[in-house]
Amino acid sequence: MKLTGAQVLFNALQQENVDTIFGFPGGAVLDIFDELFRRDIRHILVRHEQGAIHAADGYARASGKVGVCLVTSGPGATNTVTGIANAYMDSIPVVILTGQVATSMIGGDAFQEVDITGITRPCTKHNVLVRRIEDLGRTVREAFHIARSGRPGPVLVDLPKDVIRDVIDENDISWSVTIPNNNNNKHASIPEQCMAAIDMLGKAERPLIISGGGVLLGNASNEFRTFAKKLNIPVTSTLMGLGGFPASDPLWLGMPGMHGTYYANMAISNCDLMVAIGVRFDDRVTSKLDAFAPHARVLHIDIDPASIDKFVKSHLSIVGDCKPILEYLNQRVSENGFSMAQTQGWLNQIDLWKKHAPLTYCRSEKIKPQHVVETLYRLTGGNAIISTEVGQNQMWAAQFYHFDYPNSFISSGGLGTMGFGFPAAIGAQVASPDRIVVDIAGDGSIQMNIQELATAVNYNLPVKVVILNNGFLGMVRQWQEMFYEKRYSHSDIDNVPDFVKLAEAYGAVGLRATRPEEVESILRQGLDTPGVVVMDFHIEPEEGVYPMVRPGAALTEMVLSKERVAA
Amino acid sequence: MSVRENTISILVNNTPDVLARIAGTFSGRGFNIESISANVTINPDVTKIIITTIGDQDTVTKLEKQLNKIVDILDVKDLTDVASAQREMILIRMKVTDVNRDRLKQTVDTHGWKVVSTAADCRILEVTGDRQEIDRALTVLEPMGLDDFTRTGIVALEQCKS
Repeated sequence: MKLTGAQVLFNALQQENVDTIFGFPGGAVLDIFDELFRRDIRHILVRHEQGAIHAADGYARASGKVGVCLVTSGPGATNTVTGIANAYMDSIPVVILTGQVATSMIGGDAFQEVDITGITRPCTKHNVLVRRIEDLGRTVREAFHIARSGRPGPVLVDLPKDVIRDVIDENDISWSVTIPNNNNNKHASIPEQCMAAIDMLGKAERPLIISGGGVLLGNASNEFRTFAKKLNIPVTSTLMGLGGFPASDPLWLGMPGMHGTYYANMAISNCDLMVAIGVRFDDRVTSKLDAFAPHARVLHIDIDPASIDKFVKSHLSIVGDCKPILEYLNQRVSENGFSMAQTQGWLNQIDLWKKHAPLTYCRSEKIKPQHVVETLYRLTGGNAIISTEVGQNQMWAAQFYHFDYPNSFISSGGLGTMGFGFPAAIGAQVASPDRIVVDIAGDGSIQMNIQELATAVNYNLPVKVVILNNGFLGMVRQWQEMFYEKRYSHSDIDNVPDFVKLAEAYGAVGLRATRPEEVESILRQGLDTPGVVVMDFHIEPEEGVYPMVRPGAALTEMVLSKERVAA
Repeated sequence: MSVRENTISILVNNTPDVLARIAGTFSGRGFNIESISANVTINPDVTKIIITTIGDQDTVTKLEKQLNKIVDILDVKDLTDVASAQREMILIRMKVTDVNRDRLKQTVDTHGWKVVSTAADCRILEVTGDRQEIDRALTVLEPMGLDDFTRTGIVALEQCKS
């Protein structure tokens, strides 16, 4: 039987169990969309290609599956670039299918032609321009394999129009996935390394675990929780690692780093053993490297050897998937003969730090953003999927919504992409139709992909948007307040739209709260209202995110609030 | 750690963009390519690329790890401290006049260099050797009417393991 390229493409997607695509059509992909018309695959039509890639990203984070995005050539493809870089920085498995002009036209500056494999080379895990229909099926399947294997990441497949229109005999299609030898999988003996790790663990008097996104990507939350509980070691999790360990557990210290808790940062600065699991030591976590964990021996477990010793030197590293490694460690620790050193003094010290400077804020006559997030946590029982935009809204969400479950916090960690949260929430809602999905946004960020309100309403994806509206680009304003003598250069958004009217214009429900006593009732009303709801909270305009470690300072040098500096 | 020149041998799938990926990894991650040479291996689908780069051991280790993440890279070897042969080749164009003709011929013969192209008033010489030998050849020829040259990157091959 003869198949067109478009048919081969969808057969490949079928083999990869793809049931949902986020996309936007255009000239170069008309044949693909024509085939899609006949297929039993859900396509979510976004309003901007950036929305498609972020939605595919959010879908992947919420479901653990590979997200798929389909766009046309040229501007369709370039509109996804920010989202691709975003997925790359956070190691999210996404496959991006881009249309391309016909192979005979490539390189001739054809209409809507762009060298998208060239443009995305530094921000994809891999990308391929498919030049022959014979390679199409295999290449698409390889893209999925590469996206989800090892350290996951985005893979782009560029599909020239003539390859898609070409026909091939079914028997001539090559499906066999051949991935070149991956040298980063040549690991040293894991059991041997684990025994050395156990030796380190047994000797530590002030142990601390720092966990990251790798625990979630490795689907290892259960094994990780067992590990920390069994050894009774306190845990701090990076922004990407939130939900990997239950925030309600007494061993939990909150997030480390620039806006981390006082006690997490003090624990890092005083521990004698740091067990780092699935973290890459981002500069927002370490701050001044020379002063980071200065007394600690470092045991680093990560799937990517390039993350080991990149910034923080490890004394012992185990390269591999953290799930089997933690399983192995848990088994060995359960055996007779293993005992921890005396750590009670250390745990007592951490308790004192917790009491000295708990995560807190002051109430006032205006709505406090932290109050909104806390109330949202209470009303949703901590069971919602929370996505965020980037900036203050993101930090308040990370600090005050306590994540007990994996794959519940969806946020742009590495790239810091404003406009990510709302389309990502749409993707998460598609993946998890039965869960409450809330985008915690700022009035600046939400405007960066506000057009996706149409998408959410269109497909009746009942995402709730909580806008912490301070009339500022809040994090920029906070830095200007602290480091630029309050010169609020272009961070004051003079003309914030009426978000209630805007929601209504798109067919969503808009609600507004301007006083603290309205917070709970508006949140209740918003959560109880079916469909898409935008809740506009007019918050204290100059509220800051605290604690804060100034960029380049040591983690111990924290500003705890506007009035209080860490002693 | 001491900064020195390192020789990296990279085996890659012979795809159109693999060189761009490698060059991009160098430039995007702040490493520098000092010299490069590339050609197919015994297996025509596989290319070997030899790159020299200046840096300390820490830098080279980081570079190797980043290169290993490229899907089309099959193998990365640091040949710097490995028993290996490392050679470059240079083509040198010399102006020939009545004044230097005899002396040039004598010099070329003495060193065992090859004349690979001859014109009325020009000779193109071929010299192969390690970097020092090439540098020495240039020093010798420079005052004798050196007109231009093209120098390859280093090619290197590790010795078999006995």
